[in-house]
Amino acid sequence: MTSNDTAQSAQVRCTVNGQAIERNVESRMLLSDFIRHELGLTGTHVGCEHGVCGACTVLVDGDSARACLMFAAQADGTEIETVESLASGDSLSPVQQAFSDQHGLQCGFCTPGILMSLTACMREAGCNREQMLSAVGGHICRCTGYVGISRAVDQVLAEGAEQDRGTES
Amino acid sequence: MTRSKGKTHQVQAGDSGGNYVGKAVRRKEDDRLLRGLGRYVDDIDPARQLHASVVRSMVANARITNIDVEAARSAPGVHLVLTGRDLGDLNEPLPLLAGHPSLIAAKTQRPLAVDRVRYVGEAVALIVADTRYLAEDAAELISIDYDILDPVVDLGEASSTSAAVHDDVPGNVAGVVTDGVGDPDSVFASAPYTAKLRLSLERTGGMPMETRGVLADWDPRERMLRVWDSTQAPVAIKHGLCRMFGLSSQQVEVIAPDVGGGFGTKIMLFYPEEVLVPFAARALGRPVKWIEDRWEHFVSANQERGQIHDAEVAFDAEGTILAVRTNFVHDTGAYIPYGIAVPANTLTHVLGQYAVKNYAAKATILYTNKPPVSPYRGAGRPHAVFTMERLIRTVAAKLNMEPYEVRLRNLVPADAFPYDVGLTIDAPIRYDSGNYQAGFEKAIHHLDPAGFRKAQEEARARGRYLGMGICAYIESSGPGPYEGCAAKLTDAGTVVLDVATASQGQGHATSFAQIAADSLGAGIDDVVVRGGDSGKVDFGIGTFGSRSLLLAGNAVAVASERLRNKIAAYVSELFECSHDDLEFSEGQVSVKGAPGQSISLAAIAALANAYGYPVDKPLKDDPAVLEKLRERAANVATPPVFTEDGYFGVGQQLFGSGVHAAIVEVDPEVGAVDVQKYVLVHDCGVVVNPTIVEGQVLGGLVQGLGGALLEVLPFDEQGQPQATSFMDFRMPSIEGLPEIILDHVETPSPLNPLGVKGTGEAGAIPVAAVLAEAIEDALSPFNVFIDRMPLLPHQIANLVTQTPQEASIDDSGVVDAKSDEHK
Ligand code: FES
Ligand code: FES
Repeated sequence: MTSNDTAQSAQVRCTVNGQAIERNVESRMLLSDFIRHELGLTGTHVGCEHGVCGACTVLVDGDSARACLMFAAQADGTEIETVESLASGDSLSPVQQAFSDQHGLQCGFCTPGILMSLTACMREAGCNREQMLSAVGGHICRCTGYVGISRAVDQVLAEGAEQDRGTES
Repeated sequence: MTRSKGKTHQVQAGDSGGNYVGKAVRRKEDDRLLRGLGRYVDDIDPARQLHASVVRSMVANARITNIDVEAARSAPGVHLVLTGRDLGDLNEPLPLLAGHPSLIAAKTQRPLAVDRVRYVGEAVALIVADTRYLAEDAAELISIDYDILDPVVDLGEASSTSAAVHDDVPGNVAGVVTDGVGDPDSVFASAPYTAKLRLSLERTGGMPMETRGVLADWDPRERMLRVWDSTQAPVAIKHGLCRMFGLSSQQVEVIAPDVGGGFGTKIMLFYPEEVLVPFAARALGRPVKWIEDRWEHFVSANQERGQIHDAEVAFDAEGTILAVRTNFVHDTGAYIPYGIAVPANTLTHVLGQYAVKNYAAKATILYTNKPPVSPYRGAGRPHAVFTMERLIRTVAAKLNMEPYEVRLRNLVPADAFPYDVGLTIDAPIRYDSGNYQAGFEKAIHHLDPAGFRKAQEEARARGRYLGMGICAYIESSGPGPYEGCAAKLTDAGTVVLDVATASQGQGHATSFAQIAADSLGAGIDDVVVRGGDSGKVDFGIGTFGSRSLLLAGNAVAVASERLRNKIAAYVSELFECSHDDLEFSEGQVSVKGAPGQSISLAAIAALANAYGYPVDKPLKDDPAVLEKLRERAANVATPPVFTEDGYFGVGQQLFGSGVHAAIVEVDPEVGAVDVQKYVLVHDCGVVVNPTIVEGQVLGGLVQGLGGALLEVLPFDEQGQPQATSFMDFRMPSIEGLPEIILDHVETPSPLNPLGVKGTGEAGAIPVAAVLAEAIEDALSPFNVFIDRMPLLPHQIANLVTQTPQEASIDDSGVVDAKSDEHK
């Protein structure tokens, strides 16, 4: 950011994927631009900048949020999670793995946003198929026809059920 | 009826017996994309990068009387403001593709409009600033004075209006294309029955989730232009840029990194920004990036579909189709960058799977004050299928037959291939292989029309309206001339395949690797595909027209085979055996039946270069064999270089085919359509990866469903686009997916070694036709006639309530269906 005397700036102190961040940004900077171009976390995508496609979805204090509808300044004091935080080392998270197993992506542009919405949904107790589909319902995927995504949701649920049985016995 | 909405059943395709080809190999590209490690154009942020914003016309048709850029030039953070005059020769009209003698007035767009704008969204100026925010601020300071002209908006009136898109093009006619076979006029004169329909399809667009984007960098040291472009054709863009900028092919590199969907929209040669951004980067000596926003995509990315057909059919009492004619207008928008490509596809796809001996088609291509038209998934084919299948439904209605019975009666027989259609518009249309009866049998089996008719009757008794439709299509694939591949065995035993085609999600990295892995006996993880980088392969075109697997896939097969032969020659000398004694498997080349006579691909590649691999540590090969290899390498004057090129072209298009069927429920009051079940039976020849093919076909299907029931890009009388955000352009979401059954017929193409045909567009092509038939069938108690697509709920509700039963046919556009008396 250079040479704009009229731009007002704001201070953002937040945690992104567990790391403390402190930056000065132009007040009008979108959170999506902040994450992508200031922090270099380009896994969060931008498909519409008007809150409909869901590609920019991240978690803000655990809730899914559209980063294109927030200013970076509004993220001050929050905890943000992006798609880059999902896998640990070599192993993908269960939702990521299910997308890989079930051909839940083609071009991959919509994918990170969907993964974040599903991740938030799965953290809720008693999350069921309907809730997961309705979480995906807030996203547009133009490639897959949603068929692989819907199978991935089924896989995640089946694994969850399996685990529940495992912990009960 | 039992229902399992949102469930998909795939009947497995045949297995070719290869280790990988024919198997549902997991996509190699997914791990990276799932971790957020994709690399799309806007993810690349080089140091010192500047940002561009395009100033666009806000009016549809006007003379520009003045452009004032002074205030913008001195706005904060602005480095450059360009108008058309600043571009010099570079502002000549952009190239014309698919030109044809029938184009009498071909007009293409200039990178920046100079004295006339012809659609809302046309680029007028470019601003480069420190940030996109500042560039957009400055854009507001540019003032353009217009002398506004009447726009040409309505396609039906485009040839009769006094308004002109181009002052020197009378009637707005860009060209008239005709083709045909037999003698339809005399058949119509004597046929027992004829019917005539007016049918229309409206504009829509591919709408990839990633918008367009271009990043360019000029390196003054190397005198090298590097461009990252969200395009389907990086190599073609590169060659175009070379000519436009007067640079040699060593001085330009165009990379299509990960591309977030294309669907045809991203194969434009050229969009203005693909010229403007490189120009600005060179002028400023700094990287310049332009990322299209969604509004810009709605007003300046190419669109497709608008056509109106006056179509006629002649038939006999048994339902045999004697002749077909269609006279249609095609909306090309303000310019015609793609020549006759889309209307020509329509002309050649109308007859589809049907053996009709007399046919005439005439396409009048008209300019309108709307964004230019170029192919969008289906590319003129959905219009053809819609036209033919609507005619067949009219035949069936007249003869009181099921439409599919009429279809079965007219199919090209399975023993008629190769089948010459008799059309010759570009090159003779010749169906290479197919078994259309088999496709229908499977679709009918899955749909169970007899059972459905009972269910339909029961439902009606309960006041519910169910309907079914079954339609067939063909899909020409693999427009030439060729694609290429360079296959290389590298020192880790990894096979690297460089191809010119880029992937926008089609999984080339996987399918192509499967082909090479089988040929070379390598593991799938040991094959790396690099596509979309013009620096690697110079000859080739791009990804469109369902051509990549067919052309580039076979080029991979050719290059891999040559590489295998080269390796075999080298190893057979080493083991003193003949080629035929060698076996390639699991990354090893071995003499059959001779234990110990075996060497890994890794060792071959490593030790071929005498000093390339002084340490054997990671190699697990027999030390004696390694020693032998090393000795040989040290004593040759010409090292074996394990790189081979392969090219493949067919010289004609190949024809995939399929049958789609649907069961829908329609609520006649609100016009809501619930697609309950959708059956797809398709034939794309040999299937290399069933998972990827399924994804392509079903993705196309859902895009087709959107095109039939949701998506339309309307314009008001002033030519102002009425859909400019995802709020006014609805696309399918995961909710409401039908139960889907996917089945296959496999008639390998005899015209390529892999036996494949393209399949990228198959899913989308017949959907509008199928849904029109099914919705009409559901509403048959109301005697509605569907003459257009898409069909939004209020339009369906209007059909039901506002149409008097008898007059319905006339009102809905059948020009003289009632003159079809028995002669
Ligand atoms: S980019 Fe934020 S919702 Fe589309
Ligand atoms: S995978 Fe391309 S938009 Fe969803």
